[in-house]
Amino acid sequence: MFRNVAELVEMAKTKGLPISELMILQEIEVTGRTREEIIAQMDTNLTVMEQAVERGLNGVASHSGLTGGDAVLLQNYIKKGNYLTGEIILDAVSKAVATNEVNAAMGTICATPTAGSAGVVPGTLFAVKNKLNPTREQMLAFLFTAGAFGFIVANNASISGAAGGCQAEVGSASGMAAAAIVEMAGGTPEQSAHAMAITLKNMLGLVCDPVAGLVEVPCVKRNAMGAANAMIAADMALAGITSRIPCDEVIDSMYRIGQAMPNSLKETAQGGLAATPTARKLEAEIFGKAALEGE
Amino acid sequence: MKFKSVFDIIGPVMIGPSSSHTAGAARIGRVARNLFERQPKQASIHLYGSFAETYKGHGTDVALVGGLLDFDTFDERIKDSLKIAKELGMEVAFHVEEAIPEHPNTAKIIISDDNGELELVGISIGGGKIEITELNGFKLKLSGHHPAILVVHNDQFGAIAKVSNILAKYEINIGHMEVSRKEKGKLALMTIEVDQNIDEAIIKEMESLDVIEKVTTIVD
Repeated sequence: MFRNVAELVEMAKTKGLPISELMILQEIEVTGRTREEIIAQMDTNLTVMEQAVERGLNGVASHSGLTGGDAVLLQNYIKKGNYLTGEIILDAVSKAVATNEVNAAMGTICATPTAGSAGVVPGTLFAVKNKLNPTREQMLAFLFTAGAFGFIVANNASISGAAGGCQAEVGSASGMAAAAIVEMAGGTPEQSAHAMAITLKNMLGLVCDPVAGLVEVPCVKRNAMGAANAMIAADMALAGITSRIPCDEVIDSMYRIGQAMPNSLKETAQGGLAATPTARKLEAEIFGKAALEGE
Repeated sequence: MKFKSVFDIIGPVMIGPSSSHTAGAARIGRVARNLFERQPKQASIHLYGSFAETYKGHGTDVALVGGLLDFDTFDERIKDSLKIAKELGMEVAFHVEEAIPEHPNTAKIIISDDNGELELVGISIGGGKIEITELNGFKLKLSGHHPAILVVHNDQFGAIAKVSNILAKYEINIGHMEVSRKEKGKLALMTIEVDQNIDEAIIKEMESLDVIEKVTTIVD
């Protein structure tokens, strides 16, 4: 059983197995379920992710009206062809947004690792899919690798915005995605670890300050940037760039930063963007006067 | 380690918008429902910390009630659970508490009908994963992810041995076990997480022991 990234990378090296396979073997050992059962459940989750992206790309709106339709705007923009960055990265961003727009509309999604951060992993997966043409099995491997890194973060730090801020949610999701992209693109386990470290370092300190307490603003756009962050970090790691601070120490600092964060910035809708005049006005519009009087 | 499975991370499949505030809340409600073994007539739900601050936006209220109606995290009916509860004659009251809880996402659920009452405290620790930390005043730690038996017994020597001997006789392996009591020599609670579901006959055999008051099972 691997407890941290160093152990995971070491196991992958000594056994000569990809990280995704180590995650599957550990799952068999811990749960006593068969490989077939485990693969089948992940396949179901992958299907849910596909359907959520598809639904979001067709356009959804949340009950509050705060989010929805941005995935469509981006796809239309990509089709015009005169974008500044690149097609794959914008595709990843739009698919991450699509998933979170469905989530905000109380649609069915697969938490990766949480619902508020559910866009990053599928968004990047379905974007790199167009470039790398993976088999279904390789797409499942992507999710097992992402799961392995998320598993380590969850047990050594946190994946909850209420406990660790957005760095623990979208930060973790982005790191997981970066590591999985690297594996799918043919990188080494070490490169996956560096990609995770590079991504998470750039998400440290990110607070959880949802407007009106809704998983919408800024959550949807943080998934967008989380996806972009993961894609760039993956390319950096594949280029041979390493993180000077080892991945486990980055995870540990994320945990300590989360501990030091005031409660007003941990999913209580009391600080940060949630406390801006515009946010308060939106909150009053959505919940009526009662929300303000109750303060 | 709190998180054991890859599906704690890639999963659950759920209705949005929040794994901790929606899916986790539904799971806490559902554990209460399973322990109560029937649909309650009244539900009093107390929300603490982030649950108290943001429950409306996250659908924590509908999710908890959905759980009490035995809905799973991906059940589309969660959205309409308050209406469904009303139709089924379940009275629900929410209380927003100001006390600072040990964990930011904490809910206390008191459910009852003419035949009894159950009080449970659950926390949602992230990604949809939950723990039950208190049951009828007893402190405990229950993930709700494995089959488990809860044994209310007299706080005296030999009680634990008698229960574990029965489990051993039927070759049932214990994954996690703890004992909690409110006062020395009075009632105590044994929480035993096991690897497989336990037959009714075994439960009956435990209940026939003189030191045992009541045995409740949580089926996987």
